[in-house]
Amino acid sequence: MSRPRDEPVQAVKARRDAALGRLVGGVPFVRFLDVRFERMGDELTARLVFSNKIIGNPYLPAIHGGVTGAFLEIAAQIELAWQGVWARMEAGGPEAEAIERGEFPPMPKTIDFTVDYLRSGLPRDAYARAVINRAGRRYASVSVEAWQDRRDLPFAAATGHFVMPQPPDAGTSP
Amino acid sequence: MSRTPDAPEGADPLSTPPTPEEVAEISRRFFGEIPWARELGMELTYMHQGVAVMRVPFDARLVGDPATGVVHGGILTGLLDTCSGAAVMSHPSAPGETATIDLRIDYMRPARPGAAIQARAECYRTTRSVAFVRAAAFEEDPDDPVATAAGAFVVQPSSVNGPLARRLKEAGA
Repeated sequence: MSRPRDEPVQAVKARRDAALGRLVGGVPFVRFLDVRFERMGDELTARLVFSNKIIGNPYLPAIHGGVTGAFLEIAAQIELAWQGVWARMEAGGPEAEAIERGEFPPMPKTIDFTVDYLRSGLPRDAYARAVINRAGRRYASVSVEAWQDRRDLPFAAATGHFVMPQPPDAGTSP
Repeated sequence: MSRTPDAPEGADPLSTPPTPEEVAEISRRFFGEIPWARELGMELTYMHQGVAVMRVPFDARLVGDPATGVVHGGILTGLLDTCSGAAVMSHPSAPGETATIDLRIDYMRPARPGAAIQARAECYRTTRSVAFVRAAAFEEDPDDPVATAAGAFVVQPSSVNGPLARRLKEAGA
């Protein structure tokens, strides 16, 4: 595939947003929980849209710990998948064409995920950003923080390890 | 395993396991008030002396990987977290309230598509301020887990009459 060198900025933006939309929109649970992603360049911010269904403690009230954990895991996993998609998309060629057809590499699989509950989640939207500590060929380590009103007061944080999707021919050689 | 009808009056309610009917009542009262648990159809099936078993039915909306139909890991996190909390609440030291400090989940294998997931949690140690829990999620066989978890939970002895403890007591747990 050859993209024109002077491709209009709006076309670049539309292509990137469409790829992100397809990546995120393809996961039923992400839609069900109503987690959305905002993109600035290659940086993603996840947003957990508040609704009454995500309440875990109706007396406080507070967001369910399981929802918080799931939100962090989604943010970490999509960040990792997105960095792979971004690299393929920007490199052009057949892999970029596959992304544009909505054919994504398999999702990274979670090995372990440790959630640190720092304070209770208030009944309002929450945000999260993940940082890839290391992404090797087989494994990746990702940290993620979620906050609400104040970015410097996270209400939960997590670290997880993932198995990277392997190309189809991997593992056949000794 | 169920409580005998002639259990002595005033016996420690924690010394005998609640009957399935009582567990169902706890499940209805407790989880019926938690919107997220209700949304997922979470159900408590056993709760006694630091051990709790819960179940969440399969639902296509919870799928994390559309290519395989496997439920999202976040569902296991929620189930293991809730079940661990229930295990803490049912511990003989009878904490009034609890909250998760940290929870580590290890994913052993993908869950079977279309299958309900159960979790069994055991609160194996408590101190004055912390409860330690291990848990596993599985479809049918606890020895073939989808995921295992280890967590630390806040224990607040001062609030033995908190709303949660009161409800559990009312329900006969």
